[in-house]
Amino acid sequence: MNIIVNGESRRIATEATVAGLLEEFGLPPRKIAIERNREIVPKSAYGTTALRDGDEIEIVQFVGGG
Amino acid sequence: MTDIPQDEGFTVAGRRFTSRLIVGTGKYESFAQNAAAAEAAGAEIVTVAVRRVNLTDPSQPMLVDHVSPERFTFLPNTAGCYTGEDAVRTLRLAREAGDWNLVKLEVLSDPKTLYPDMIETLRALEMLVADGFDVMVYCADDPVMARRLEEAGACAIMPLGAPIGSGLGIQNRVNIRLIVEQAGVPVLVDAGVGTASDAAIAMELGCDAVLMNTAIAEAKDPVLMASAMKHAVIAGRQAYLAGRMPRRRYADPSSPLAGLI
Repeated sequence: MNIIVNGESRRIATEATVAGLLEEFGLPPRKIAIERNREIVPKSAYGTTALRDGDEIEIVQFVGGG
Repeated sequence: MTDIPQDEGFTVAGRRFTSRLIVGTGKYESFAQNAAAAEAAGAEIVTVAVRRVNLTDPSQPMLVDHVSPERFTFLPNTAGCYTGEDAVRTLRLAREAGDWNLVKLEVLSDPKTLYPDMIETLRALEMLVADGFDVMVYCADDPVMARRLEEAGACAIMPLGAPIGSGLGIQNRVNIRLIVEQAGVPVLVDAGVGTASDAAIAMELGCDAVLMNTAIAEAKDPVLMASAMKHAVIAGRQAYLAGRMPRRRYADPSSPLAGLI
């Protein structure tokens, strides 16, 4: 199935979860935050949040700013 | 010798901070330089932005690896947001990433001036307060708007001294002073400081603290400028508390006139 991650289309396995997606990117959950279809996904729910075809995911971090 | 009283700092949303200098984390040459400048500034709070992770190279170093959230209180901002909804969305993500609710709201109007859109800022503030955030608000140096923000629940009022990144210094001292006098929450000059004397002026006007980024990051020696800013803020605070002499139009001799030969 296809999902959109940070504005780019990606093909992923049908059984994927948010936690699995982070693992694939090698991103430590501690340092980021995730939105799925404009709703915050709490860190505690990464393992249980299944991804569906067409999901729009945003993965953000803190960067330098004023 | 009389002891100089220790500065007890200022309290925002129930949190006490000893340092009255908040520094940004943008525009530095490197994370290492950024971290060194924040240390030299003696800052306890640093502002940060929220942006997409680079997925083409997720192994890139992250800000948090160099400027640690354990060492500094992160103050997430809404830089780049032009609507209340964008700001609220950004800060909800920040709260999830950092697990705290003290934030800096800035809703901008146009890219040329980066002047705050105060109607949209007030609307966003109301949404954020309803959602449980403690909101420090970047705003115009307008005493009426500042009062509206406080009434809407802002935990700190942060008027600009001059446009973001301009380094023009405090352009309207009268308004900054009016805002300080009427406020029941901390007032911080946020934006416009160019050099140490600007920071001192903000503090001499009675501000609780100063927030700056470019003045340090774009100095030829950012770490040295960070140290200068630290001293300027301390000097300005002490001068404010000491109470300056009255201004006179003519000279008043410092040496006695009596006993002249």
